[in-house]
Amino acid sequence: MKILVVDDETDVRTLFEQRFRREIRSGKFEFSFAYSGEEALNYLHSHVSEVVLILSDINMPGMSGLELLRLVKQEYDAPPPPPPMVMMITAYGDTESYNQAMQLGANDFLTKPVDFAALKEKLLSLETL
Amino acid sequence: MDSKSFININAELSFSVLVAWGILRAYGKFLNLSVRAPRWAVAVNKIWVLGIGVAVFGLLFNIKSDHLNGIFWLLTLGGTVLLLLRIRDYRPARTILLAIAPFALHYLLEFLAKVLGNGLLDEYDDAFDTAQGFAFIWLATFLLIARSQKKNLEAERLLREEEEQNKRRIEAQNAELERLVSERTAALTQQAEELRYTLTELKTTQAQLIQAEKMASLGELTAGIAHEIQNPLNFVNNFSEVSAELVQELEEECQKAERDPELENELLADLKQNLQKITHHGQRASSIVRGMLEHSRASSGERQLIDLNALCDEYLRLAYHGLRAKDKTFNATLETHFDPNLGQVQVISQDIGRVLLNLLTNAFYAVQQRQKRQEAGYYPTVTVSTCHTSEGSEIRVRDNGLGIPESVKQKIFQPFFTTKPTGEGTGLGLSLSYDIITQGHNGTLTVDSEEGRGTEFVIVLPE
Repeated sequence: MKILVVDDETDVRTLFEQRFRREIRSGKFEFSFAYSGEEALNYLHSHVSEVVLILSDINMPGMSGLELLRLVKQEYDAPPPPPPMVMMITAYGDTESYNQAMQLGANDFLTKPVDFAALKEKLLSLETL
Repeated sequence: MDSKSFININAELSFSVLVAWGILRAYGKFLNLSVRAPRWAVAVNKIWVLGIGVAVFGLLFNIKSDHLNGIFWLLTLGGTVLLLLRIRDYRPARTILLAIAPFALHYLLEFLAKVLGNGLLDEYDDAFDTAQGFAFIWLATFLLIARSQKKNLEAERLLREEEEQNKRRIEAQNAELERLVSERTAALTQQAEELRYTLTELKTTQAQLIQAEKMASLGELTAGIAHEIQNPLNFVNNFSEVSAELVQELEEECQKAERDPELENELLADLKQNLQKITHHGQRASSIVRGMLEHSRASSGERQLIDLNALCDEYLRLAYHGLRAKDKTFNATLETHFDPNLGQVQVISQDIGRVLLNLLTNAFYAVQQRQKRQEAGYYPTVTVSTCHTSEGSEIRVRDNGLGIPESVKQKIFQPFFTTKPTGEGTGLGLSLSYDIITQGHNGTLTVDSEEGRGTEFVIVLPE
């Protein structure tokens, strides 16, 4: 399963690679990283059919996570290929952001600090679908 | 001597006493004797005592009656001369003395000639008559002079009295004026005291306002700061946890019969990297806390060598997250162009931090307001650039927000001027910033703005 992580903090890459090192090593998950909404869109344009899940931060300079979510849902509205699932991650767990994300069609809404054990379970259950 | 002649004598003498009494009284009044020589005035009134004295003397020694009259007049004249000598300080008295001196002398000589009876009087009868006429004229003339002198003196005295009165009036006025002046002085002193007190109070209030403004800007930032600290702390926690897992995995690997050195090296490399990450994010958090503490502390006013680029970067993040904490959907692009040649700059870092925070908060506010208009393709951008120029260190804070209208631009550095809704801005930020840069650092703070395009503030700090 290919997962695209979008966050402006570069250290997120190291963290995810280590947190999921067993899964990566066993080939269960494959991670790609983008450091902005624009970068994420570019990546999707060339790898759209591969990416199953997008994990995106909301607050980023330039294009925000919500903007990215809107564009992704707009662009990959009609299957095939099936649209990637989008999970939003934010440090600000306010209801306004949550409602907005849900309205735009987010599949899930996580708050920082991320509970990696829970996230892992979620991802594994997705994989078995 | 028969009784008839005695009566004659007494009649003549009485007449003389009456005449002398009248003349003396008149001149006593003229010379104002009752004031000038009160005892003499009494004596003048009692001239009849002298008359009786002379009469008794005449009876006792059986002296010729016309001689008695002569004695009386001589004594009266002598007394008058003595009296005039006594009050000679008074000018008319001197003149009268001068007036009667020849007359008295003539009378004395005539009397002596008569008494001695040696025919001298008959021999020089003409000379005596001439001298008498002359003495009378002299007497009359000088008495007139004395009168006019007295008049003059009287006029002078009146003038002096008037002057005296004027002087007294002026003195009274002066005293009144002085009283008014001292009253006014007291009032002014009290006012000055009140003003000084008010000034002290104002100064205290100003200091409190400055501190309050600082705290207000800090309050605005609290959420942003919390977020800024939370982010690195999340990394610290995550990297610590994952490192524990890595250590466990390494231990397991070590106990295996067939060890995989490649995996072990990889795990060790990751561990080393994680420790560096933990240090990095830990320092990031502590530098934010340090910045926050420094900002809230009253300025020490001491200049220190600081890295302006780092300071700009720190406050850019604080301001950004400060606004984002309030408006969760707000996003902006932060651009930095830091001149690596800027080096260390001698400034009061807390004060410059406040200025930066203020300019950046304004910049984010401006782009946020423009973003609310939902213009297509608008990306809020705030740019901070530093540059080393010939004039010193230059910091530019640029935003692509709403811009400042010309009418407002004139007032932005005035205290208490704000375009924000009531309660959102103190209106002191830019005014304090201006003071900090121009007075505190001898620098310049200028603004360049185009409505609808954006605003740029330029700080120049001379070396």
